[in-house]
Amino acid sequence: MSTQPPQPPVPSRLASIAAAIDILDQLPGGNLILTKVEYLLNWGRAASLWPLTFGLACCAIEMMAAFAGRFDLDRIGVIPRATPRQADLMIVAGRCTIKMAPIVRRLWEQMPEPKYVISMGSCATCGGPFYYDNYSILKGIDQVVPVDVYVPGCPPRPEALIEGILKLQEKIKVEPFLRRTVAAQA
Amino acid sequence: MPLRTEQLMLNMGPQHPSTHGVLRLVVTLDGENIVEVQPDIGYLHSSVEKMMEYRTYLMNVALVDRGMDYIAALANEEGYLLAVERLGGIDVPARARWLRTIMLEFQRLSSHLVWLGTWGIDLGATTVFLYCFREREVILDLFEQVTGGRLHHVYFRPGGVYEDLPPGWTDRALAFCDEFPGHLQEYHDLLTGNPIFLARTQGVGVLPKDAAITMGACGPVARASGINFDVRKAFPYEAYGEVEFDIPTFEQGDCFARYLVRMEEMRQSLRIIRQAIEKLPPGEIRSKVQVTVKLPKGEVYARTESPRGDLGVYLVSSGDDMPYRVKIRAPSFSNLYALTEMMRGWKVADVIAILGSVDIVLSDVDR
Ligand code: SF4
Repeated sequence: MSTQPPQPPVPSRLASIAAAIDILDQLPGGNLILTKVEYLLNWGRAASLWPLTFGLACCAIEMMAAFAGRFDLDRIGVIPRATPRQADLMIVAGRCTIKMAPIVRRLWEQMPEPKYVISMGSCATCGGPFYYDNYSILKGIDQVVPVDVYVPGCPPRPEALIEGILKLQEKIKVEPFLRRTVAAQA
Repeated sequence: MPLRTEQLMLNMGPQHPSTHGVLRLVVTLDGENIVEVQPDIGYLHSSVEKMMEYRTYLMNVALVDRGMDYIAALANEEGYLLAVERLGGIDVPARARWLRTIMLEFQRLSSHLVWLGTWGIDLGATTVFLYCFREREVILDLFEQVTGGRLHHVYFRPGGVYEDLPPGWTDRALAFCDEFPGHLQEYHDLLTGNPIFLARTQGVGVLPKDAAITMGACGPVARASGINFDVRKAFPYEAYGEVEFDIPTFEQGDCFARYLVRMEEMRQSLRIIRQAIEKLPPGEIRSKVQVTVKLPKGEVYARTESPRGDLGVYLVSSGDDMPYRVKIRAPSFSNLYALTEMMRGWKVADVIAILGSVDIVLSDVDR
């Protein structure tokens, strides 16, 4: 009696989609996939983050480099917007002075929900090289807006910014998005 | 019945996609025409001059990188260290002087490329931005191989430079020098013959020669208005006295002339780099200087030509291992005030074109 080694099942088309999207569950043996609306929504939101490019200082140059040819943030669906009304992510790149802080706050308030903030660079995170002996720089942008992802470095390389955006995507994908909105309305 | 008109105040910035940082312009308009422009600065004041009084001369090198003109970090280091070395009588070995010259010219190239790219975006030519950053990445790679940093290098030290060139670096640099004129031609093809670009820049934002002198304009802005002055020629520092290069000057004083000056400067930078690599002498790269070097009591003023113009550093020492007072004469600051003169009488749509052509860095203005 010859025994054949068990063959792995040929993945159906739906299953390969499910594997690619990696948030869908396949029913065993069937051609059905189950998911939550929330998963699909989150997947779509995570893959099209439109940042308000808030270039304040040196880190902004590295942010520009990340948008340009070599690093090309367009690949992961990140398209810079010039106005807060079209953005759902704010990348605060660079040091923020006390004079500038109210403006950062106001721009953040003008962004529609749901919104996220990436703090790029040591200055935006904690004041960085301008922490000591300094009277004009805000010691961290999180004193005025809530920050989702901190990207360390002075300046962070464009790769680091991309890593930060990928981390934010992970965060968005597991978010109870619909429930959060309902809770906010109630 | 006479038509009743009123002047309008328009507030541009501080968060505006094309103010090159956090500059606020208060524009007074009469219809479409600009009556007056008032820059409101201070949104990026990082109190660097004050902080420098609490740091040793070596630590300050890292600070001037970040706190001043961040697009051309090495030019700041040069301006500051020239003052330190003059006051302390610190000797810089020949090889270090030539290395500094090479790095400074590469820095000028990369800085002008950022300017050209961002100005292109302002004028609606996004392609130029992508092209410029493609070449800039090559320069940044060259920087990274020598200094370890892309933007902030901390490469110059009191009495020399930090490290020697890695093997094969000069070949890579020369290869870049060979291919870059072709890229310059690409930019010319994209912009110089472009009727939209010409209509937006030619004859726009004229700064007459006497006004340029009165307002203290410097660098490419002054040279576009017909002032033949370059600190590298007038008061040579490092190895600039021993290389040949020309100073491009134009008489028109408009945005297009400022563009042409910078394009030509890039070509001259390549010339300097080629000569410097050829003449690069062997030997020491750093003279023996204490980490906490103490400078003698006194004061000094050193001026250098940064990519934006005449960068001056005034340094007072009280004989300690930290400066007593540092005052930075920033090129962007004086060019910003020439801006008010350039914009008067033009249409509101020209504000962006004129502002971009001046190439200011707000960190340099506010410090
Ligand atoms: S973290 Fe460093 S590079 Fe970024 S803004 Fe601050 S000083 Fe500049």
